[in-house]
Amino acid sequence: MNYHRPTSFEQASAIAAAAAGVTRFLAGGTDVLVQLRAGTVTPDDLIDLKHIPGVKEIAPTAEGGWRIGVAVSGADLGRHAGLCADWPGVVEGMRLVGSIQVQGRATLAGNLCNGSAAADSVPGLVAAAARVSVVGPQGRRELAVEDIPAGPGRTVLAPGELIAAIILPARGARGGDAYLRFIPRTEMDIAVVGAAVNLRLDGDRVAEARVALGAVAPRILLVPEAADAILGTPLDASALSALAAAATAAARPITDRRGTAEFRREVVGVLVCRAARIAYQRAGGAAT
Amino acid sequence: MTKTHVTATVNGDPVEFLADPRETLLDCLRDHLGLTGSKEGCGTGDCGACSVLLDDVLVCSCLVLGVEAQGARVETVEGMAQGGTLHPLQRKFIEHAALQCGFCTPGILVAAKALLDRNPDPTESEVRFGLAGNLCRCTGYDKIVRAVLDAAAEMRGAQ
Ligand SMILES: Cc1cc2nc3c(=O)[nH]c(=O)nc-3n(C[C@H](O)[C@H](O)[C@H](O)COP(=O)(O)OP(=O)(O)OC[C@H]3O[C@@H](n4cnc5c(N)ncnc54)[C@H](O)[C@@H]3O)c2cc1C
Ligand code: FES
Ligand code: FES
Repeated sequence: MNYHRPTSFEQASAIAAAAAGVTRFLAGGTDVLVQLRAGTVTPDDLIDLKHIPGVKEIAPTAEGGWRIGVAVSGADLGRHAGLCADWPGVVEGMRLVGSIQVQGRATLAGNLCNGSAAADSVPGLVAAAARVSVVGPQGRRELAVEDIPAGPGRTVLAPGELIAAIILPARGARGGDAYLRFIPRTEMDIAVVGAAVNLRLDGDRVAEARVALGAVAPRILLVPEAADAILGTPLDASALSALAAAATAAARPITDRRGTAEFRREVVGVLVCRAARIAYQRAGGAAT
Repeated sequence: MTKTHVTATVNGDPVEFLADPRETLLDCLRDHLGLTGSKEGCGTGDCGACSVLLDDVLVCSCLVLGVEAQGARVETVEGMAQGGTLHPLQRKFIEHAALQCGFCTPGILVAAKALLDRNPDPTESEVRFGLAGNLCRCTGYDKIVRAVLDAAAEMRGAQ
């Protein structure tokens, strides 16, 4: 295994593009090292991104949003007052990942690119309409977060392509987001179901919404029908039951040792309503 | 396999070692530097027996490569006692019998010290949450939590 320590994204991309064997980028390493130790993935080339200038920064964008570097850890996100105020749902998703020890290392981009359908930070990013800046041999491009996963353990990134930053849009007035997951314990477990809701209010009505679901399909789902179910409503009982029904209908879960497909379809409806209520209150709406 | 020359600071002392890039920081501490306090319980980030501070951040040293420690400051359980004087946490673990086999203890001491550095007056739930990444198969945690709370109280009193 060759260990590389590039000092620019272009250099990282060039190393990856030139590599013939198995290549991995190293951010926090909390997936890469587990796979290395288990012998499931032994990279020929491992490209450490933590020495590229700016990767540990959270910076405001010209549009009023945030640009998050690819080596910013979960703990760093939790300490950033501005980001926590604007996007509490994104931050709480990432903060659920692992223990204090794992939080000191694990990153959003690593969680996204590891490609797990149960990745806890990804539904919140998708609901927030976050985008990623991608650097590759052909230059830079920007993609929506929901377009990155291609299926379990896979992304749409081409050989030599990597994420240079995660970009959150401006929060704007009267907006709120939330993420909830179901696990049988209180912490240190993998989501059986995850649900994120991001919305904006006009008066007491939902004017805009995005709903994303985790662990109920081979990849994290953006569910426009679930968002439509609450648009124009004050998130009353009938809107919530329509939301639950839309989430349950969109879920295509499997049965495994963490839960049956039937259980997941039921729980996703419950969680999405709870997340919607929290997002609604965070947006300044009255408790529903 | 070519080895990489790594220089770092461990418990305040400059060190250097040759690391195979696949070796973890835990392997390097134990096998190259003879610091066998940090333990490998799982090797997958679940048990916390390998907990160390890397540039003041609590990490599982089994999830860090040795080569990643280049230029970094590492603190392990071996750095907790000052000369012959035990750290208050170490003393309280003995007083409260907060260990049986002791395999989890080095990682828990390092994690508890990191917790008290951030939060000198934690509640019981904060201690339990702060140590959720450290598994103990023997004690049932209760004595560990009491020992940490007692050490915190003593350390606050000493200031
Ligand atoms: C004990 C433990 C508990 C965990 N609990 C959870 C949990 O509760 N929820 C959860 O979702 N996950 C959990 N995880 C998994 C893991 O911690 C997360 O997926 C984490 O966010 C991965 O981030 P990382 O920076 O460590 O990624 P790394 O391991 O560094 O990388 C992961 C993958 O992403 C790729 N990659 C990294 N950065 C980039 C980039 N900038 N561009 C392109 N590709 C990139 C790498 O090539 C690799 O394939 C847990 C892991 C452990 C060890
Ligand atoms: S040995 Fe590192 S967490 Fe278990
Ligand atoms: S004392 Fe044996 S594992 Fe904790």
